[in-house]
Amino acid sequence: MYSTDQYEGMLAETVVMRGANGDPVQAYFARPLGAGPFPGMVLAHHMPGWDEWYREATRRFAHHGYAALSPNLYARYGHGSPEDVAAAARAEGGVPDDVAAADLEAAMKYLRALPNVSGKIGVFGTCSGGRHAVLVASRVAGFDAVVDCWGGGVVMDDDQITPQRPVAPIDYTAGLNCPVLGLFGEEDHSPTTAEVARHEEALKQHGKTYEFHMYEDAGHGFFYYHRPSYRQEQAVDGWEKIWSFLGRTLA
Amino acid sequence: MCTMIMHKAPVAGFGKGADGWFDMSQANVSWDHPFHAPEEHALNIDFVNEAYGPCARVAVELSVEGARQLVETIQTVLAEAESRGLVQTGDSQTGDSLTGDP
Repeated sequence: MYSTDQYEGMLAETVVMRGANGDPVQAYFARPLGAGPFPGMVLAHHMPGWDEWYREATRRFAHHGYAALSPNLYARYGHGSPEDVAAAARAEGGVPDDVAAADLEAAMKYLRALPNVSGKIGVFGTCSGGRHAVLVASRVAGFDAVVDCWGGGVVMDDDQITPQRPVAPIDYTAGLNCPVLGLFGEEDHSPTTAEVARHEEALKQHGKTYEFHMYEDAGHGFFYYHRPSYRQEQAVDGWEKIWSFLGRTLA
Repeated sequence: MCTMIMHKAPVAGFGKGADGWFDMSQANVSWDHPFHAPEEHALNIDFVNEAYGPCARVAVELSVEGARQLVETIQTVLAEAESRGLVQTGDSQTGDSLTGDP
């Protein structure tokens, strides 16, 4: 934790990186000022889009000492308000897994190439972003920690398979090579407590390092202070668990 | 998108979006997280014309009961109009040909 007499500065801005297929993808990049080296965090935004909450979350990671990069996973659906662009992505069944994974991998490599970023990089996501975080860290080498906040669709039954999401992320569990922190709410409908249990069982079977926390009196999106789903006590505890987990895994 | 429950319907007509009226071509109907409605999921309808980009959108986010009531009411209104001879055969085809500037 910082003290009142220390210097603190931050630079936060939009950058453009090369994502899946070499496409230009805008990303919001917030990092502490200084030579570092800072651990890196890639943020996978949620279904409602690359929105203000994700800008704030990205700056929050920077405030806690991480070089944080949040790519616009809906970059190929045009530009406009985050809601309109997210609706366009929704109309197409969501961003294809291959595209999201490649964009997040590109963000990881963007950070890894910077001289003031340490060799430790994690990935964080909420909602569909939690699923994408688990997905990319299971498919791609180079991540050192995963924070999955209520990612729905990690566990998928056959009738949920679509061309955009052809493989359930849980089926890639063998390839996961870093610790996972999972934060979930008991009242969530996606993922349900049963689906979280199935995910946990798969992690156990494959000998993976993980810690899951299932919060009472919380459902989907309990960090979102602008939604009725917000749960103050659980959100404060969840953020504390994130800082503790990342402090251990990305040190 | 978390639920993956989404269907498209071709809809000819006009909608008033953030930049004024535009000719819509499609309704995207989903059961998914709403952007504004204070619920985990809602029945969302986006009336769009994809040719004009993502901002050509008129959005509603409905409760289950509200959505069912809307369906019934639309059917009731159309049936009443038909019974009074106010809907001409081929009106739906005429509607499909509606055009306008975005």
